[in-house]
Amino acid sequence: MNKGISWFNICMLLFGFVFLYAPIVILIIFSFNSGKLVSVWSGFSTHWYGALFHNEQILEAAWISLKIGAINATIATILGTLVAFALNRFGRFRGRTLFTGMATAPLVMPDVITGLATLLLFVGIGMARGMATITIAHITFSLAFVAVIVRARISALDMSLEEAAMDLGARPVKTFILIVVPLLAPALVSGWLLAFTLSLDDLVIASFVAGPGATTLPMVVFSKVRLGVSPEINALGTIIVLLVTFCIVIATLIFQRQERQKILDDQMARRG
Amino acid sequence: MKSMPFRITGRTLAVAAPYVWLLIFFLAPFAIVLKLSFAEPLIAQPPYSAVFEWAGGLLPNFTGSLDNYQFLLTDDLYINAYLNSIKIAMVSTILCLLIGYPMAYGIARAPGAWRNALLMLVILPFWTSFLIRVYAWIGILKNNGILNNVLLGLGIIDEPLQLLHNNFSVYIGIVYSYLPFMILPLYANLARMDDSLLESAADLGCRPWQAFTRVTLPLSIPGIIAGSMLVFIPVVGEFVIPELLGGPDTLMIGKVLWNEFFQNRDWPVASSVAIAMLVLLVIPIVIFQHFQNKDSESNP
Repeated sequence: MNKGISWFNICMLLFGFVFLYAPIVILIIFSFNSGKLVSVWSGFSTHWYGALFHNEQILEAAWISLKIGAINATIATILGTLVAFALNRFGRFRGRTLFTGMATAPLVMPDVITGLATLLLFVGIGMARGMATITIAHITFSLAFVAVIVRARISALDMSLEEAAMDLGARPVKTFILIVVPLLAPALVSGWLLAFTLSLDDLVIASFVAGPGATTLPMVVFSKVRLGVSPEINALGTIIVLLVTFCIVIATLIFQRQERQKILDDQMARRG
Repeated sequence: MKSMPFRITGRTLAVAAPYVWLLIFFLAPFAIVLKLSFAEPLIAQPPYSAVFEWAGGLLPNFTGSLDNYQFLLTDDLYINAYLNSIKIAMVSTILCLLIGYPMAYGIARAPGAWRNALLMLVILPFWTSFLIRVYAWIGILKNNGILNNVLLGLGIIDEPLQLLHNNFSVYIGIVYSYLPFMILPLYANLARMDDSLLESAADLGCRPWQAFTRVTLPLSIPGIIAGSMLVFIPVVGEFVIPELLGGPDTLMIGKVLWNEFFQNRDWPVASSVAIAMLVLLVIPIVIFQHFQNKDSESNP
């Protein structure tokens, strides 16, 4: 499908991307504003970045969020990959319908419901609220997103490679580690990154299940934003946007190169 | 055949780990919410009354009541919030579709090299902080914000427009935040479409727009439904956007639930609000799952 892109399409794309990016660009510009207002330009300054790096509350919350995010992403990637295999490769098994439901509902479940429900569970079983409860709650919804990404990759996977490995005498576990995991790597990396950012981004669920001493970055940002806009938040937003863009571009470039290499290898193999 | 027993246990374990996790941390909590929605608030720790009491028999006695639900039905606040949430979610879904469909279509028809770059541009904002992107709109829409300053500067208006803290800003925030959720499934659907169908339509004398309405549009219905559900369902329970961009009269059920829990500390009423919301969302969620799974299994 690459014929007949009309002027209407081009205009809509332009409009859409301006709509999506204008706020981000404005946010970045005003993070370098010397004044306290985020809408009136009064000169260039990196003052707010300095203030941000001296704000103990934000730094501590960022550290907590990064820890939760990394643990969450790792466990969610493992569980999400298992879900993907169970749904795409294992055929029918007992309780499959319920399993499918539980693995897809978190994709759309409103945060306030998930947050309240998870909190009530922790209160019910008497688990102390803190970093652990936030991490568990995050894993539960993140794994569903990882599963979507890994499933897309699995269904594009060439099964004959696994069969060849098995025919050559590799045990299932060995086949999985040596053949399947490298083939899935791009999906596993993007799944991990997505789970990480979902966790770093969550305000509502964390607010429900957090306890004293476990305040995440979005919770601090939210309480600050409620009191009014501050260029400090612009500076923080700029750092997040640049960091995420950098990671995604790098990851994409690496995988594109790998894919190109793979296509070249395939061509060589066919010729040879 | 030596590896057979391992295979079975390996598979069972592979399913069991996420299965047990989801049963405990996803399904069980909903049962507790349901139970609690029949309880009464108490000033205690935890702040609600028991719903089941053991009286020595085989089964516990049910001591809960439907008071919370009766309360939801009699107080206008809840019904209005409920209906208003549905209205806002529906209008936002349609707006996302109107903006997202041409964009997804444009990306799907763009030359190969452009396609990945454009797709990445759609995904990128989705990866950056949602909260901060919503926050960015406050600076734009405020009374002394950028949009008003620009309009005043150009002489289009004489005094600042009230753009923030009303339904307008809530719609802007929702469409802005959820647009990628609409574009991605639509793109996945449109990119898979067989070009030859459009060519044959053209050969048979279809004008481009006829080919669009008779071939492309009907074939993209699964994508439209998947995208719409991905927007509609979470928007019904949205809290952050109405809280930050909405005004005091922006009633949404997610905000009501939040306030019941965090301000009134009425856990049983919050639970019954959650159950009422779930009842509304069950059908959209089932539709979403149907298309989501069909799509994942039929992917080439």
